[in-house]
Amino acid sequence: MEPMPPKHHQESVIMDSHEMTRALTRIAHEILERNKGCRDVGLVGIRTGGVYLAQRLKRLIAQIEQTEVVLGELDITLYRDDLSIRKDQPVLKKTDIPFHISDIRIILVDDVLFTGRTIRAAMDGLTDLGRPAEIQLAVLIDRGHRQLPIRANYVGKNIPTAKDENIRVLLEELGEEDRVAKLINVGTAA
Amino acid sequence: MSFKRKDLLGLASLSPEEMALILEAAEPFKEVSGREIKKVPALRGKTVVNLFFEPSTRTRTSFELAAKRLSADVVNFSPSSSSVVKGETLLDTARNIEFMQADILVLRHSSAGAAEILAKNSRLSVINAGDGWHEHPTQALSDLLTIKEKKGQVRDLRVAIVGDLAHSRVARSNIHALTKMGANVRAVGPPTMIPLSLQRLGVEVFHDFDKAIAGVDVVITLRLQLERQGRSLFPSIREYARLYGLTAERVQRAAQDVLVMHPGPVNRGVEIAHDVVDSGSAVILDQVANGVAVRMGLMYLLAQRN
Amino acid sequence: MANDIKILIAGGQVVDPGQWNGIADVLIEEGKISAVEPDLQQKLQGVKALTTIDATGLIVCPGFVDLHVHFREPGFEHKETIATGSAAAVAGGFTSVCCMPNTQPVNDSRSVTEFILAQAAAAGKARVFPIGAITKGSKGEELAEIGELFDAGCVAVSDDGVPVMNSLVMRRAMEYASAFHLPVIDHCEDSQLSRGGSMHEGAVSTELGIPGIPKAAEEVMVARNISLAELTGARLHLPHVSTVGSVRMVREAKARGVPVTAEACPHHFSLTDEAVRSYDSNAKMNPPLRTDEDVQAIKEGLRDHTIDIVATDHAPHAVQEKLLEFDAAPFGIIGLETAFPLTLNLVEEGLLTLEQAIAKLTREPARVFDLSHGTLAPGVAADVTLIDPAATWVVDPARLHSLSRNTPFAGWTMKGRVVKTLVAGEVVYDRESVIKEQR
Repeated sequence: MEPMPPKHHQESVIMDSHEMTRALTRIAHEILERNKGCRDVGLVGIRTGGVYLAQRLKRLIAQIEQTEVVLGELDITLYRDDLSIRKDQPVLKKTDIPFHISDIRIILVDDVLFTGRTIRAAMDGLTDLGRPAEIQLAVLIDRGHRQLPIRANYVGKNIPTAKDENIRVLLEELGEEDRVAKLINVGTAA
Repeated sequence: MSFKRKDLLGLASLSPEEMALILEAAEPFKEVSGREIKKVPALRGKTVVNLFFEPSTRTRTSFELAAKRLSADVVNFSPSSSSVVKGETLLDTARNIEFMQADILVLRHSSAGAAEILAKNSRLSVINAGDGWHEHPTQALSDLLTIKEKKGQVRDLRVAIVGDLAHSRVARSNIHALTKMGANVRAVGPPTMIPLSLQRLGVEVFHDFDKAIAGVDVVITLRLQLERQGRSLFPSIREYARLYGLTAERVQRAAQDVLVMHPGPVNRGVEIAHDVVDSGSAVILDQVANGVAVRMGLMYLLAQRN
Repeated sequence: MANDIKILIAGGQVVDPGQWNGIADVLIEEGKISAVEPDLQQKLQGVKALTTIDATGLIVCPGFVDLHVHFREPGFEHKETIATGSAAAVAGGFTSVCCMPNTQPVNDSRSVTEFILAQAAAAGKARVFPIGAITKGSKGEELAEIGELFDAGCVAVSDDGVPVMNSLVMRRAMEYASAFHLPVIDHCEDSQLSRGGSMHEGAVSTELGIPGIPKAAEEVMVARNISLAELTGARLHLPHVSTVGSVRMVREAKARGVPVTAEACPHHFSLTDEAVRSYDSNAKMNPPLRTDEDVQAIKEGLRDHTIDIVATDHAPHAVQEKLLEFDAAPFGIIGLETAFPLTLNLVEEGLLTLEQAIAKLTREPARVFDLSHGTLAPGVAADVTLIDPAATWVVDPARLHSLSRNTPFAGWTMKGRVVKTLVAGEVVYDRESVIKEQR
């Protein structure tokens, strides 16, 4: 987890709790539509935010389809391409995917799609674990500025942003009120 | 908190928090070692050199596997198979390796302090893989991880370390690891194998194994260097096994769920009776598995250092 | 020539143990002390060919005498030569040094003794007194030709570096040497007990995993040697005493009237085995650095005169030899240039008076080996050391005069500095000219 923003930031809410639920419900429907149900579908959340969103999608799919899809958690730290240039030491967490991913359609779930590097690392991590039939990508927010040829199959909301803007998905599971916020730094001089 | 050190030379100077950090880092790598493809790209492009002045197939293999599973390139240097000849000092050898742009140097040496001397005089990250009778920190960290996994926590556990503590780097590192984590450590052996003032390291000394083993949660048996018999440390292997061998009867005196540990290789029937080695109490192979994970975690942490 | 002129060392605090302690002038004529008196300067006004050295604010004392140095020549000239060792000696205020026979070849013959004396004369710095071997090749088996060694100029016999393990050989050596009234020095170490050891055996060696040398390795040999001295009546000198037990045994032996003398090295009263923690091989010597308890016992021994003298055990080793793993590096450190300030620390601590401290470096060692030096008595060769007791300096191994750099005191701030050293009335060390050269 990145540290919480300091107090001198102001935020503007891009998506509130209701909008978030609506977007996730739509994504759940789209996943079922595209995969013609949820047979041989597995959800894999990318730590940390993606894991909670994947859990919510699992619940929504269960409500709609009365079927439990399998769920895994993926830590992509060891696959990052910036390990040797980062100043901080990313905290290692465990990858926990309690099912065989080979021949399964994997829905990777993340909160924000930005440069695409996290997704690249996640796909490398996944393919080290087996050979999925297909990898699809679900994100709550697509904020643009891709650095790799990656596109999401399911998007909650597209938000045009400036490169240096800070977009945060805040979740109840992390002790916050559900919302997506754009953080504006008010402290810096012009 | 993050791991700030350049090297891992011993556990005497490590804080409990730092030890916990290495164990935490080791945790995810156990999953990696259980995969079909036992490899992650975290140390891609890094070079790890195993410089072993003493033969040790096990430790070297464990480091080598750990480095390879992290995608590092691994080179093994040993005095018999390389240019390390009499006359070249340890520091010159290390400097050569440094200028081949290696990143991590794993050193096994017969002289206490060799790793520290080298670390002070080199930019390389140095991992002490055993220096004389001084320390063998990664072995003790693997043992710590094994105990933590099996017992949940280390604090207040009663741990007996049995054997030749005087000439054992494993014993010293384990004493530091366990006492810092809050365990009560008993050192057990004949007076010839207990070094002077060992109590100052925070352990209780016993010469009677039957007394010492009463109620203990963990028994760490040390490997007996059989060739030391000629140096008057013990009269015969037979007598040693009788007085300090871990037999099934002795296991009965320990706590019900006692863990039996050994850094390997085991002299069956000497340090541990044959049936105890193969019993459910023995976690010797878990120690080996955790050894790879701990070394992966450690190398991962050292490689992050800028 | 220097010998033709008169030299007046004026206005210093003259400390000539047992003779003089106060402001006085020292007159040197023809290389010998001719007078020590206050206000000599006024009496000598108008005298021609008088060189005056202003010693105001300085201590003027007899040149120091070191009964225990290793100058490595012949055989190990890459560590030290008689010339470089002598230069280090006079820079440390020592005008007489006794060099141990563990050279290559061992000084067990007239030819080696004469070679050492010739090299010392050629160097023209300190007086060098060779110590002969007790046994041929210092192998501990057959006696060396001690009579011939005495004849050639040896002032004592020792197999220093190696102990004489065979007690019968030691007995015979003591008996034989007593015919020449030669002191016998034995490096007290039971080599079975110390085998494989690199440092003091105790809590620190246990923690560091370095093989230890127990105190008993020294003490059993001190006990044996005292017994043999008692048996034979020979003069026994015990070098580098390092343990509580050794000090106690020497004290008891002296009380019984056994003819034994003892020395302590500055490192043994300045450092403990804690100095080994960094695995610095410059903290490795034999006997090893001991514990605080031993340091206190040595200090007490110096105070109550159980320990007669301070000697350096100056043992140079080349940088590459010391830059090894701790157990692989050789034993020994250099000491000539740091001995005085470390001894002066005992004065600062209130353990010794200045006069007592200087006596341990001058009159007492001269007495132990019957050397006619270490005093400013009229008629004696004018070996004089001038010291600035207030000067502080930082030990920089690169600026020492020894060929080797192996000191554990690098970076230490020392108080008390030798500024001038004279041997037979000639200035052989002058700090001012050294400074000019180094610029």
